[in-house]
Amino acid sequence: MTVGLFIPCYVDQFYPKVAIATLELLEKQGLQVVYPLNQTCCGQPMANSGFEHLTQGCNNLFIQNFKEVDYIVSPSGSCVLHIKDHLHAEVGKEEAAATHIRKKIYELTEFLTDVVKVENIIARFPHKVGMHQSCHGQRGLKLSQMTELVADPFSKPEKLLRMVEGLELIDLNRKDECCGFGGTFCVTEEAVSAKMGKDRVKDHLEHGAEYITGADMSCLMHLEGILRRQNSKVQVKHIAEILNSYA
Amino acid sequence: MHKTIAEHPTLADKFNQDEERVNWHDETLWWVRAKRDKAAHTLPEWEDLRNLASQIKHNVLSNLSEYLIQFEENALKNGIQVHWAADAQEHNAIVKSILQKHGVTQIVKSKSMLTEECHLNDYLQEEGVEVIDTDLGERIVQLAQEPPSHIVLPCIHKKKEEIGELFHLHLGTPAGNADPQFLTEAARLHLREKFLTRKIALTGVNFAVAETGEFVVCTNEGNADMGAHLADVHIACMGIEKLIPLRQHLGVFLRLLTRSATGQPITTYSSHFKKPRPDQEMHIVLVDNGRSRQLGRKDFRNSLKCIRCGACMNTCPVYRRSGGHSYHNAIAGPIGSILAPNLDMKDYADLPFASTLCGSCSNVCPVKIDIHDQLYKWRQVLVKEGHAPAAKKAAMQGMAFTFSHPAFYRMAGKTGKWFMKTTPFMVNNNFNPWYKQRDMPEPPKESFHDWYKKNRKENGHG
Repeated sequence: MTVGLFIPCYVDQFYPKVAIATLELLEKQGLQVVYPLNQTCCGQPMANSGFEHLTQGCNNLFIQNFKEVDYIVSPSGSCVLHIKDHLHAEVGKEEAAATHIRKKIYELTEFLTDVVKVENIIARFPHKVGMHQSCHGQRGLKLSQMTELVADPFSKPEKLLRMVEGLELIDLNRKDECCGFGGTFCVTEEAVSAKMGKDRVKDHLEHGAEYITGADMSCLMHLEGILRRQNSKVQVKHIAEILNSYA
Repeated sequence: MHKTIAEHPTLADKFNQDEERVNWHDETLWWVRAKRDKAAHTLPEWEDLRNLASQIKHNVLSNLSEYLIQFEENALKNGIQVHWAADAQEHNAIVKSILQKHGVTQIVKSKSMLTEECHLNDYLQEEGVEVIDTDLGERIVQLAQEPPSHIVLPCIHKKKEEIGELFHLHLGTPAGNADPQFLTEAARLHLREKFLTRKIALTGVNFAVAETGEFVVCTNEGNADMGAHLADVHIACMGIEKLIPLRQHLGVFLRLLTRSATGQPITTYSSHFKKPRPDQEMHIVLVDNGRSRQLGRKDFRNSLKCIRCGACMNTCPVYRRSGGHSYHNAIAGPIGSILAPNLDMKDYADLPFASTLCGSCSNVCPVKIDIHDQLYKWRQVLVKEGHAPAAKKAAMQGMAFTFSHPAFYRMAGKTGKWFMKTTPFMVNNNFNPWYKQRDMPEPPKESFHDWYKKNRKENGHG
């Protein structure tokens, strides 16, 4: 089985550590991982801004990069959801490859839980950690149960975090409130976005978090920006970094 | 007619100037959302009920013309006078003609978002008719000369002290008294006089039953009943999507409506109106006002399933932190944002973007409207119709080019990081909306792409 590693543009540029942790974590599972070097962006920033018609270039590139791997894995629920819902080939060209990609793309924690079926992880992270459930991963990919629904609880990321030695998961008042990042929303609706982020941070701080983690670095980037502005010692860490650490 | 071209981000920014108030607004509405969760969890069959309600409404929308005709036939048999209005203007004119026929210039009106949508109050006021809103929240915003900010909780944006001040000015209550019990009592006395003296009462409609030609009005205050029972003429105004086929379907919708809206098991008053009393006149106005147009839009027709519970507003993290008025439309929040562009794409082009697409709205919706997917789809439509700002369009074209050319993307990434490191003032300034309340990410020394090329040479391809 060959796994294609999809590293979103902003992770590539700003958070290479998250990408390295994802790669190492997958390699530790004995998987053959390849990183197609010509990847850029999934096209979501344009699509969510109403410019889905400008994403064909991104789609074509994505298909060329990933059409030959068995699975595609990415440390970002939001980008994965975009590909799953919106990746299309140009009319009459390679739709079979696009369909294969849409079906075989996984967010990292769901891949580890559902495909690799990881039962234990050798990791140690002796800290109080708050889990921010990113909306696209949670409500889009159903990585965990949503508080709005009358249904049994589950959480793929939390299941993995509970395998980490010494890690204490804290409770939150609002288990799955949006952080307000929202792609271009974070700049076009700056006031609401920042307020949502501040409130999200506050919920974690009030419950004694030393770290905020999540399965989507974009939300964490937003929360990190707020924490730093507040000169807080609390740090964000992508779930891949925690699962790949032995402190 | 209204024509405010105020954009959501500007109005939301203004709302956020008072952070304490935003906190209070957010917590008040979250409290309602939590009540809704609790009420929903008391019914193990909750998700089945949502499915059923959604399917019943699907049937209604697929056969709307037949159900409307059936409803009209049965209503006429019951002795109700039926009127059809293609748009808001016709609706308002029909209401005025009934008032004129009776020589009436003063009416009482219970809560009706349809009349808000049609701007009936403004219209009648210009025609010299005094309208008294009898729902307490609506009466408060009416005294404040503001529109409702929420479809179920119209004055949720007002604090009790502000209401005390309004009542002091308009109803003569003592200055500084903000005791809710006292203020409610004062409003009750004030409204009682109106109920007793007005000859015409107007109400909204929550559900109209095609099978029987009757309609149901749900209130917690009983004000619709008080108005309708005391008046000689009862005018009920409804959007054509309010129909349900059978009376037995009410069991599904009444169980969902108030649990979703306020967390109550059922509204305090769920009143059935089937025929006028002897010597009473009963009118029903069936209003289209763009609904059949929305029905024809494949991607957006599900928005007509809405039963106006407001759950999507209470759960919406953006609504809670921007306030109902920032949506500058009769119906605010996520549902308003998918209904409004149907009324006017240009005026409401901002609203589908006033969302993070978090999806919570679709999950709470008792009739399972795919609200957040429709927000996404409206964005595509609005951009294609030319309603995107020029700067945004240029930025998107630039991004599309960069992301389609890997070598250019890598170079841009390097250049960008170099600028951030060497000249942080280029990005850390107030022209950058990110930087206003957030620090920029620390640029790393190399991208993952560069790291990978150095460390995993043997695997690289492409």
